[in-house]
Amino acid sequence: MSRLLKFNIFRYNPADEVSEPHMEEFVLEETDSMTLFIALNRIREEQDPSLQFDFCCRAGICGSCGMVINGRPGLACHTKTKDLSGEITLLPLPVYKLVGDLSVDTGSWFREMYTKTESWIHTTKTFDPTAIEERMDNKQAVDIYELERCVECGCCVAACGTARMREDFIGAAALNRVARFLIDPRDQRTENDYYEIIGNDMGIFGCMGLLACEDVCPKHLPLQNQLGFLRRKMGITSLKKIFKK
Amino acid sequence: MQTIYTDLLVVGAGLAGERAAVEAADAGFSAICLSLVPARRSHSSAAQGGMQAALGNSVMGEGDSPDVHFADTVKGSDWGCDQEVARMFADSAPIEMRRLAHWGVPWNRVVPGKSIYYKGGKQYDKVEKEEKEGLIMARSFGGTAKWRTCYTSDGTGHAVMCTMDNRCAEVGVEVHDKTEAIAMIQDGDVCYGVVARCLRTGELITYLSKATMIASGGFGRIYPNTTNAVICDGGAHTLCIETGVVPMGNMEAVQFHPTGIVPTDILVTEGCRGDGGTLLDVNEKRFMNDYEPDKAELASRDVVSRWMTHHMREGHGVKSPYGEHLWLDIRHLGAEHITGKLREVYEICTSFLGINPIHQLIPVRPTHHYSMGGVRTNRDGAAYGLKGLFSAGESACWDMHGFNRLGGNSLAETVVAGGIVGKKIAEYLEGCETTFKTSLISDVVKKQQARIDALVNGTNGSENVYKVRAAMQVALNKGANIFRTQAGLEECVATLQETLIRARNVGLRSNGKGVNPELAAALKLEGQVKMGLMVAYGALQRTESRGSHNREDFPARNDRDWLNRTLAYWKTPSDSLPTLEYEPATEVVEIPPGDRGYGKSEIISADDNKE
Repeated sequence: MSRLLKFNIFRYNPADEVSEPHMEEFVLEETDSMTLFIALNRIREEQDPSLQFDFCCRAGICGSCGMVINGRPGLACHTKTKDLSGEITLLPLPVYKLVGDLSVDTGSWFREMYTKTESWIHTTKTFDPTAIEERMDNKQAVDIYELERCVECGCCVAACGTARMREDFIGAAALNRVARFLIDPRDQRTENDYYEIIGNDMGIFGCMGLLACEDVCPKHLPLQNQLGFLRRKMGITSLKKIFKK
Repeated sequence: MQTIYTDLLVVGAGLAGERAAVEAADAGFSAICLSLVPARRSHSSAAQGGMQAALGNSVMGEGDSPDVHFADTVKGSDWGCDQEVARMFADSAPIEMRRLAHWGVPWNRVVPGKSIYYKGGKQYDKVEKEEKEGLIMARSFGGTAKWRTCYTSDGTGHAVMCTMDNRCAEVGVEVHDKTEAIAMIQDGDVCYGVVARCLRTGELITYLSKATMIASGGFGRIYPNTTNAVICDGGAHTLCIETGVVPMGNMEAVQFHPTGIVPTDILVTEGCRGDGGTLLDVNEKRFMNDYEPDKAELASRDVVSRWMTHHMREGHGVKSPYGEHLWLDIRHLGAEHITGKLREVYEICTSFLGINPIHQLIPVRPTHHYSMGGVRTNRDGAAYGLKGLFSAGESACWDMHGFNRLGGNSLAETVVAGGIVGKKIAEYLEGCETTFKTSLISDVVKKQQARIDALVNGTNGSENVYKVRAAMQVALNKGANIFRTQAGLEECVATLQETLIRARNVGLRSNGKGVNPELAAALKLEGQVKMGLMVAYGALQRTESRGSHNREDFPARNDRDWLNRTLAYWKTPSDSLPTLEYEPATEVVEIPPGDRGYGKSEIISADDNKE
């Protein structure tokens, strides 16, 4: 006989005038290789068709299904029930606007982040379709990809002490994004340009160094190193600015 | 109700849609992409392996050219493709890869000197040239003569998607995520936009546009076991089918990927086999080299999937609680390679299976993977039947893949077709003047509100949306799978016709308020069953075997009678079967039909006399 799993799930539908935020209990029999993706879909199909949650690739690649699982932000799709106790509490990610139940709006948050960090290659060069590509060292390409692996699930920001206290803190995902462009030789921005974006308390100097971001990152991005790298770089840039005056 | 106007409206924000939107924005037009999810979560981002383009930088790609790429593509399609389109694609792909490099994609680059590689489990040496150092590298993929697949580790789709979405943010393409198109605004001649449902509030929104593009990806979720993301449900296709005038091309051409993992159906990339991984049976013995001595594991997907199914039928499968499967062996590639170039594979195995592929075998079986069929367009990406409607990427039948697409060709297609079709859309917008008729718009909105009310109130019945959906999936899985027969397909069509009636009688069990997921599923269900019928009925009528379409009762490829493309229409909403028409597979013939060089099959030549 397999385990009976007890799920405590946050429920609230803002579009329903009689809905109040509350926790609701569902019981489900565990099956082999069960993940929270399988479990939540079964609850929706068999018990409550109105239950809201977000999944997309269900393979840990897209970052849709960030939620707070037994107190810790993580991706639901690659969370196996056999790794959890028989009682599972699911809450929506904090920081992001709630859509309903376990579903939050990460899209608007990240779109704003792209604008803040100007998340694209800044170059005066134009593309020449008749020329061969510019050369790049493979090691450099691999290093850039390492930072590009962020899936924007939002777990790092949801777990961040600063972001929870200060709405204007840019968060580890954004700082990692800046680092990605900083090491890219194709981007012509200078350290001073990056300083304008993150050289303040909303940016790198706001980080209190608690580093839950790295602990919860489902892609195991080297966030701790990136935050240290940026803090050093921006610290030096800041000193240079002072001595130039 | 909110009404939003834009010059170009794209349904979908994956690579094809965003690439086209960038092209329109660069030409000075406004562009909005609607998406079920934030753009970077689009299924494009899940493509691990790479993009085929004949750059020929690697020593293993020496002598490659768009001509060789074109020939591989036509053979891969089993001569079902439009050769003019395949030619445009092969010629443009190298330029597009370089453009992506300019925009920021961190392609893996050539490292000069000696390195080892594996083929069929054996180790070989290669020496990359000094003068190619730092140029875009390529890897090997199935069905190709050369190493031609450009990649960034095994997160190519993700990396390119990041760059494309960055580019959209830079040039001002808007992405309205959590927004689902539910009906097209059209008068039988011209498309004027869509009515969409906001997945933040549940409200309806009208989007009006001069040009509308369907770039919503595949529709694998009409099958129960698919590698496709849950958003690949064909919702946007149902809008087109509902018009009655826009045909779907070659819906029976469905690809099964050799290596979906068991049980969760998540894809592990063809790069595993490209990099030297092998397939083993219950006795941990290789078998593909017996069936395909030359290409072995690297024959095209349709061929490998077929032999795998055949081998399991012969009793060589591994029994498991989730059905039979075979093994994928990448152990000999070593820890560094597996945790480096195949890291996503490593993560999938450890996270979802609890298996360490450095030391253990990976359970795999052929799993639904790709829809060659879709919204039929001409070479410019303009849909048949409605002016102002375009399509590109997996959602379209443009048609460079014919009856089987090659690994690495679909991800490349998204950006190449997106670029070509985007340019054509910009040209169309340049000379376009549109008048919007308010009565037409309000009629569509009223009709959609009435559909929603009927589902919420249970006016048409109380069928359970999830049960009806499962019935459709099971029927297709049983009857329209890798091997097909007349009896199986007839049963499949009959079951789907019953399912269609049930789909029309769905009623919600929940209250339907706000972003109700049951309502979202119910709104597209009838259209999905119609798509299922297009697949099964098209497959029943096509009495030959070509590419991924295998009729056990008609094993020969029949170029005399079936060198054509199926066009499936749903002429009247109340019909119980699609109307099928046919057109020649290709107007331009650079390579006449011949032998593919893999996947032994009998061919009835176009020159053979009719019986």
